[in-house]
Amino acid sequence: MATTAVRVRNVAKQFHIGGVQAPYKTLRESLSGALIAPVKRATNLIRGRATGAADLDKSFWALNDVSFDVAPGEIVGIIGRNGAGKSTLLKILSRITEPTKGYCEIQGRVGSLLEVGTGFHNELTGRENVYLNGSILGMTRAEINKRFDEIVAFSEVETFLDTPLKHYSSGMQMRLAFSVAAHLEPEILIIDEVLAVGDAAFQKKCLSKMEDVGKQGRTVLFVSHNMPAVTRLCKRCVLLGNGTVIADGPAHHVVGAYLTEGAGTSAAREWPDRSKAPGGDVGRLRAVRITNEDGKVADSVDIRRPFFVEMDYEISQGGYVLLPHFSFYNEEGIKVFVTLDQDKAWRRRPRPAGRYVSRVEIPGNFLSEGTIFVNCNLITIDPQIVVFSELQVVAFQVIDQPGADTARGDWAGELTGAVRPLLNWNTEYRPEDQEW
Amino acid sequence: MAEAAERTVKYIRIEPTKGWARIGFRNLYEFRGLLYFLVWRDIKVRYKQTVMGAAWAVIQPFFMMVVFSIFFGRLAKIPSDGIPYPLFTFAALVPWTMFATGLSNASNSVVSDSNLVKKVYFPRLLMPISAVLASVVDFVIAFTVLVLMGFYYGMAPTTAVFWLPLLVLLALVTSMGVAFWLGAMNVQFRDVRYTIPFLVQFWMFATPIAYPSSLIEDTTIRMVYAINPMVGVVEGFRWALLGSGTAPGPMILVSAITAIILFVTGAFYFRRLERSFADVV
Repeated sequence: MATTAVRVRNVAKQFHIGGVQAPYKTLRESLSGALIAPVKRATNLIRGRATGAADLDKSFWALNDVSFDVAPGEIVGIIGRNGAGKSTLLKILSRITEPTKGYCEIQGRVGSLLEVGTGFHNELTGRENVYLNGSILGMTRAEINKRFDEIVAFSEVETFLDTPLKHYSSGMQMRLAFSVAAHLEPEILIIDEVLAVGDAAFQKKCLSKMEDVGKQGRTVLFVSHNMPAVTRLCKRCVLLGNGTVIADGPAHHVVGAYLTEGAGTSAAREWPDRSKAPGGDVGRLRAVRITNEDGKVADSVDIRRPFFVEMDYEISQGGYVLLPHFSFYNEEGIKVFVTLDQDKAWRRRPRPAGRYVSRVEIPGNFLSEGTIFVNCNLITIDPQIVVFSELQVVAFQVIDQPGADTARGDWAGELTGAVRPLLNWNTEYRPEDQEW
Repeated sequence: MAEAAERTVKYIRIEPTKGWARIGFRNLYEFRGLLYFLVWRDIKVRYKQTVMGAAWAVIQPFFMMVVFSIFFGRLAKIPSDGIPYPLFTFAALVPWTMFATGLSNASNSVVSDSNLVKKVYFPRLLMPISAVLASVVDFVIAFTVLVLMGFYYGMAPTTAVFWLPLLVLLALVTSMGVAFWLGAMNVQFRDVRYTIPFLVQFWMFATPIAYPSSLIEDTTIRMVYAINPMVGVVEGFRWALLGSGTAPGPMILVSAITAIILFVTGAFYFRRLERSFADVV
């Protein structure tokens, strides 16, 4: 076997974009410009100069010196913000566009899915579109014939098979399209964010289909913004930012780094400059941190292990009874829970001025996997004054992997819900009691 | 066992290319299945949601024939080599319509299927090729009508009809050759799209459809005239089907040479511009 399935070396891609041209100063200039420009363009065009044909002088590098290798059978997630170069990279690997510099080597049959339902035609029936789309994705007619029933069964649109696509609901179109794509069986699969289709039930089906693909030992390159899906499906991740590789390594580390790189939502946040710190006359927030059992700041936490959230603050006006509290939101924006400081030592007790660190332990096997954002608040109780209230001040990633000591157990598929507690189950076997 | 598997593994190297590229016939052949489906799609979709359906393939050239017969045949009294004028002009309009629809659809093919260009890889030459091939179906329908008309006027086809497939091929090669050029240019500048209807009209009058090429008496000039490949096709059709005059052998030869030059240069030009399609379209 070859040792690498995909090799990307120093790949760079430059795009020419229309820049603002210097305005013509005189009528003569603009007239001659208007006459000369088309002639210039036409000459370039006939000489076969593609990019020189349009006079777009401004350019930018969508990718710059990107290198990595993918071993056969590896599932690699490619993540990054919009405009980081993910799609350009996939387009180069799919041979849709050429790199400006560098090269890629691919060993094996490539199937790429940059869009669901490419080439679908509204006037054709569902059946006809399966054949058309299948062949566009690189399947032979024999392969489509062989899988046709499977594809149709998976899509759940059997009854509309001979109806023109234009009478389908958009959800049905998506399902049919994904079904065709899911039955593509290349050695190397390149996928761009196609899981975000259909209703929840269908998405679940798609994710488990993706997991099957991984288990069959095929190489997968997977671009997605769905971080839980990425951490579950991929062992390894490549993080792109501004066209370069920022991080490449184990998925949960890289996903953590991705969140850190985000808009101030890292696992720790500190305000070194007192005057800019949130708060006011009563007190100010110094720092908020997510720490693991070893007391170290942690971008990602194991779903099974407890961890700590702490706020570090300073009270300048003593004499208030304080109520520190955190609220936790998941990536769907759902408030998972709120926790209030219930330390008996300070219950109903006005606090003197000074520095405090309030820490709460969050137990393992409690939160669901995914990104969690934390709001940090401090209020006084009587009178009620908001000392500070910072939204999404820190964020971290809860990582879940199948295992005996998790709520997930051996189930590797999609699991929803805002919390994921590990509860006691008991199943009794009662063969003697058959009475109904 | 493992070694055998390794040898069958497909290896692709993706790197920047410059200048002229090869046509890549092997690659085109590998994607013949897709070519089939693209042609099939074009044919299936063409007359969907129309009342007349495939009758459109006949209606267009038929009404052109009626108009030409009235204005050129009756009023202007243009000679028609001793053949009834309607038949004379229809025999030319049938291959011409195939050429013209093929040419305009193929020149717009890359732009109108831009979503394919941006999302999947396949040899882009398949797009104009399939668009031209799809025009053959219309031709077959119109040709049947032409044969029936021939019988009506009492014209029995001669053995020369065996040349027809070659003449059809000549028209297709010309159509593709021009479409390669225009299709590739169209991706860069949409001006081309607006030029096409004008070009087709101009070309039609430069082709002996409403008049016979025998109007040009000087044989040397007639050879120059045959540089327009459609001259060879149209005159060939009349000769093979209606037995007009002598075999236009030398004219067809000149036409064939231009057609091949157009086709080959067009294919290379298209391949050269192809690499920027996904970025520009």
